[in-house]
Amino acid sequence: MAVKVISPGLSTSVQDLGRPGHYHVGIPEGGGMDRFATRIANLLVGNEPGAALLEATFMGPELEFTQDVTVAITGGELPPKLNGEERPTWESFPVKAGDRLSFGFLKGGARAYIAISGGIDVPVVLGSRSTYILGALGGYQGRTLKAGDELPIGEASGKSGLSLPVNLRRAQTVPSELRMLPGLYWHRITEASGKRFFDETWKVAPEADRIGYRFKGGTPLEFVEREQPFGAGSDPSNIVDACYPYGSVQVPSGTEPIVLHRDAVSGGGYMMVGVVISADMDLIAQLQPHTPARFVPVRLEEALAARADGNAALARAEEYLAG
Amino acid sequence: MSIRFNFGGDEHIFGEVSEDMSLASFFTGLSMTNAVRSAGIKGVTEICPANASFQIRFNPDLIKPQDLLAELKSMEAAASTSDSVLKTRIIELPVYFQDPWTHETCLRFRERHQDPSSTDLEYSARINGYATVEDFIAAYSGQPWFVSMVGFVAGLPFLYQMVERQKQIQAPKYLRPRTDTPKLTIGHGGCFAAIYSVRGAGGYQMYGVTPAPIYDPAMKVRYLSDDMCLFKPGDIVKFKAIGRDDYDATLEEIDANRWQPTVRECTFSLTDFNRDIYGTNAKLMELIDGR
Repeated sequence: MAVKVISPGLSTSVQDLGRPGHYHVGIPEGGGMDRFATRIANLLVGNEPGAALLEATFMGPELEFTQDVTVAITGGELPPKLNGEERPTWESFPVKAGDRLSFGFLKGGARAYIAISGGIDVPVVLGSRSTYILGALGGYQGRTLKAGDELPIGEASGKSGLSLPVNLRRAQTVPSELRMLPGLYWHRITEASGKRFFDETWKVAPEADRIGYRFKGGTPLEFVEREQPFGAGSDPSNIVDACYPYGSVQVPSGTEPIVLHRDAVSGGGYMMVGVVISADMDLIAQLQPHTPARFVPVRLEEALAARADGNAALARAEEYLAG
Repeated sequence: MSIRFNFGGDEHIFGEVSEDMSLASFFTGLSMTNAVRSAGIKGVTEICPANASFQIRFNPDLIKPQDLLAELKSMEAAASTSDSVLKTRIIELPVYFQDPWTHETCLRFRERHQDPSSTDLEYSARINGYATVEDFIAAYSGQPWFVSMVGFVAGLPFLYQMVERQKQIQAPKYLRPRTDTPKLTIGHGGCFAAIYSVRGAGGYQMYGVTPAPIYDPAMKVRYLSDDMCLFKPGDIVKFKAIGRDDYDATLEEIDANRWQPTVRECTFSLTDFNRDIYGTNAKLMELIDGR
């Protein structure tokens, strides 16, 4: 009862909805970077929304099944092929024992979610099956997949033929607008520099992974002059090491902003200019390197309204799938 | 002293006790996070103390951000004036300073360092006014350290030495971060020591390695079988300088899963400490030595 990994893709790992509660010892929440896609993929195959599935980055794996299951692919547009024949995304389809699932080239977004009925039955560690790669924790042996791995699958009947219509999916726009609540150490940069930060268009840098996304192409920040506080370090971007929120935007040396994501490093000594709002975290998960992006300042009330909109969109999709 | 509160997006509240590092600020932050934990506030998902600040994560679908902020502010007065007595533990950690592995790594990344002509230890000893590397190591391992934060990566402790500010050892981070640091390296950046729980990138000066694992995701190491991370904020750590023979012998014991660090329960009072730093430290260290 397993799925054999014929080829692993670029960076494919087991994820679910994460393990909150351990950030104070440096273990991040983790889980599927695109939460909407994670939940919907599971629901399409009849799983609980938080079942363990595969997150494939930029390039799909090739998998061979040893049992009959139902499969659904959501997230970025990574076209699935079953025994070489194209299959739709955002729709569940049956797979027979001996079938091979592979993928064409990525057409949009950055990460695809591959749900299998029954879920991937790796051991639960600290309440979750998700892989924390940096800490070699959870998932399949604490790492991304390799050729030859055999993933255990839970018992389930599954249901095929369910699909989520386009109007119920999240739209991805270019350039991406990442809404952000300015704050934390915002006061460390000059007013002109702060204005420029939002006015300029940045580009996703190649260093973009589960820990965080780096952006480049903008003007370096100008700091308000001060004598550095004791223990902070000498660079004007240094602070006495503090916690890093998920979505926080740190700017080491004031040059390239880094937005921390689901596998965030939990703290460190770089000033942050604010935090990307929770409603836009999924959006980041689907950004490819070199994609233009802008940071857009919002107030807390707007962040909460956007979160409510996101929750409502998810509820509509879930209601549709529940029939 | 007034805490600077700030919303970190719609899911976090950040509280900065002070811009600079001090034990008093750390204690206020720890008192705040302890108070939040005992209050059992609905919707709070993560409670993270840091060096001179702290962070609370919450689910805004369950608690309004402004309501949580008001609740935190109501706890501030009590946290700032609390007697700062902490029931904690002191842990002795063997460290092989001047080891061959950090030395090799230090040479490999020399062009990223402030002073390519000396080692991290030579450089740090010199800029902190120590005549020799040996004197520097004696200062480093002579007085205990507070775990003032755990994080960056799983189980990595930030340590703040329990001495007056003028005696605090300070060192800049590498000019450009290294792409490699040996596992269990004792490093130093700003006024903080850190122990790298896993191998990886890093920018701290490197002084030595401990044979003792401090993070075990497999939970097989005997003293990490209940909790995969050894350190918690508020722990006190005493480094014990060891040589190659002791290092090898300890490692052999660890491989056989027979070894565990010396850990003693203790009480720490910030008031007593401020009155007599070295007397307080001596009493703490006696708990270890009186084994």
